[in-house]
Amino acid sequence: MISLSSYAFVSMMLFSIGVIGVIARKNIFVIYMSIELMLNGITLFLVTFARYHFNLDAQVMTVLIIAIAAAEAAIFLSVIILLFRSKKSLDTDVFTTLTQGEKS
Amino acid sequence: MNTPLLVWIILAPLLGAILNAGFYFYHIKKQKISDKIFSIIGTGTPLIAFLITLYLFLQMKEEGIIFTQNLFTWISIGDLTIQMSFLGDNLAIFMSMFVTFVGWLIHIYAIGYMKGDDAFGKFFAYFNLFLASMLILVLADNPVILFIGWEGVGVCSYLLIAFYYGDKENVIAGNKAFIANRVGDFGFLLGVVTLFFAVGADSLSFSTIEANISNASSELLILSGFLLFVGAMGKSAQIPLYVWLPDAMAGPTPISALIHAATMVTAGVYMVARFHFLYSGIENIGLFIAYIGAFSALFAAIIATKQQDIKKILAYSTMSQLGYMFIAVGLGFYSSGLFHVFTHAFFKAMLFMGAGGIIIALHHEQNIFKIAQHRAQLPIIHFTFLVGVIAISGIPPFSGFFSKDAILAAAFQEGEYLLWGIGMFTAFLTAFYMFRLYFIIFVAPTKNVSQHIYTSKTITFPLLVLSIGAITAGFLNYPAIFGGETMVDAWLVQLNSNVIHMSHSTEYILMAASIIVAVAGIFVAYKKYAKFDIYKPESEKGIIANKFFVDEFYDKIFVQASKKLSTFIDKVVDEKIIDGFIMTVCNEFVSFGKKVATIQNANVRFYAGFMLVGMSCIFVYLYILLGL
Repeated sequence: MISLSSYAFVSMMLFSIGVIGVIARKNIFVIYMSIELMLNGITLFLVTFARYHFNLDAQVMTVLIIAIAAAEAAIFLSVIILLFRSKKSLDTDVFTTLTQGEKS
Repeated sequence: MNTPLLVWIILAPLLGAILNAGFYFYHIKKQKISDKIFSIIGTGTPLIAFLITLYLFLQMKEEGIIFTQNLFTWISIGDLTIQMSFLGDNLAIFMSMFVTFVGWLIHIYAIGYMKGDDAFGKFFAYFNLFLASMLILVLADNPVILFIGWEGVGVCSYLLIAFYYGDKENVIAGNKAFIANRVGDFGFLLGVVTLFFAVGADSLSFSTIEANISNASSELLILSGFLLFVGAMGKSAQIPLYVWLPDAMAGPTPISALIHAATMVTAGVYMVARFHFLYSGIENIGLFIAYIGAFSALFAAIIATKQQDIKKILAYSTMSQLGYMFIAVGLGFYSSGLFHVFTHAFFKAMLFMGAGGIIIALHHEQNIFKIAQHRAQLPIIHFTFLVGVIAISGIPPFSGFFSKDAILAAAFQEGEYLLWGIGMFTAFLTAFYMFRLYFIIFVAPTKNVSQHIYTSKTITFPLLVLSIGAITAGFLNYPAIFGGETMVDAWLVQLNSNVIHMSHSTEYILMAASIIVAVAGIFVAYKKYAKFDIYKPESEKGIIANKFFVDEFYDKIFVQASKKLSTFIDKVVDEKIIDGFIMTVCNEFVSFGKKVATIQNANVRFYAGFMLVGMSCIFVYLYILLGL
């Protein structure tokens, strides 16, 4: 029997990897994938605790999150395509139109 | 006795002012309204006021009652209650009698004078408002209501002096009148407040003040008496606040007549008489008032001998006559002072109207020598002007003699020989400069006399009525030694703290002396000016013709100094200190903001990292705080 803390550890690892990916990487695709990773880390958490407490509420929520994540992926990918068309680049550091301080 | 009629004396001209103003707006915005409507409203409402006053006067005479009317409680704060109430006692009814009557005649005169003017309706609106303000002042039951009228009169004089506001000089004259009056008003206001604290009564009506005046300490009473008199100095054009009066001649002549005869300048004398209970308690202030009056009288008379503007001569003569009135009220002879106000209203209104008629006939020429050079045929104005000149000079049996002589006799009886001497000398000067004016305008040989006779009925009718008044008004207070009945003295007897009682021989000698002085003045004027060569006018140089350089002095001391102070405050205090401080704080915020704004660099990764740090801090905080 795998303990609850192991599940929690895995989901936290997933979330942390996602966070690091968002912060450290420049490529928008990788950032997007990292966001998905964070989302999945959290859903894993939910499912784990749903099992642990024998409660279906969180399971339902998870299914819903997966469905929404699929829809979100469609929008995100199209946004990425548009971004690429405008600047011919996927480097986030290029997209600084809304800056307030000194333009770098 | 409570009567609903009293307030209508004020409301009638006030309604006239509102109606005229409304019609005038209609007149300029929509459709022309004929001058007739304005004149009917403008002259009708003062007539109504006069008739009501006359009715109340007759009733009062018959039954000896005092009228009051309490409309509503106007201000009620803590212990202080101020009623919107009006008082028609002997003094107020006496005053409003001739204010409404002379005011009415001047309104009629104004129809002729202002004929064809674009702003005819506006003029009558202001005129009625002026009269209404004066009546508020006269009929007020407490100093606060009196102050409304006091200020109203000031505003209207400003509006009317600057009536032809297209001309910058008129506007400056209007401002000067207003500002000089403000100085006085400030004194008046402080005086009322001091009086309120001194007396400590919970209502400010004249009767309560009078009843509680013994509670007050004499120092405070002296202070408030002095401050109130500062107000009177401003309104009644006494030294040192007289400077506005000659400049007030910038307005159309009916205004000068109204200011000088019926309203405005008499307000100061009236106010002192109204506070007679205060001034009779503090004798030094009374003497101070008398001396200010005497010096103003002398000072104005000296200046008047060298002036060349017909209206300015009359203006200085008003100031001089007001000086006489203050001598009388200062010494406690209130009825004599008010009697002089009364007779003065007749002959001074007449003189101004006559001057206005001459000015109109000669197309707005005011220099007496130029008027003489183009002399016009003005028989009625000539006659009434002569009556006025004789009356003001103090030749019996014209009205001016009786009132002026009573004042001089009062000064003599009180042992104030200096006041008496100044008064006598001023009487001499008065006769001299008034006849100088008369001889130059009407008598001195001239080459061309226009044969065209210029007279308008609305101009001559009031003149004739007033000339009757100027001749006969003196008999209302016919001295007892001629077997007469001093009706005015009897009417106002309760005000007087002093009455004239001297041996008959002294009185005869004094009268003879004042007649001799007046005749001497006329004789000197005759010698000098009856054959005067009007084509060689007197020089306008010299200290007297330049009014002792008082205007220049005031300009240097007060106007330039306050200008310098304003510049200093503007350029140094405001721009350097206050602006400097505020702008420094502001600039600091801006530069700090700029520094903070560099965080917002639109770098997604940076934002995400920042969020992470922030959230981590929150979690750590919660972990420690909640002990999770």
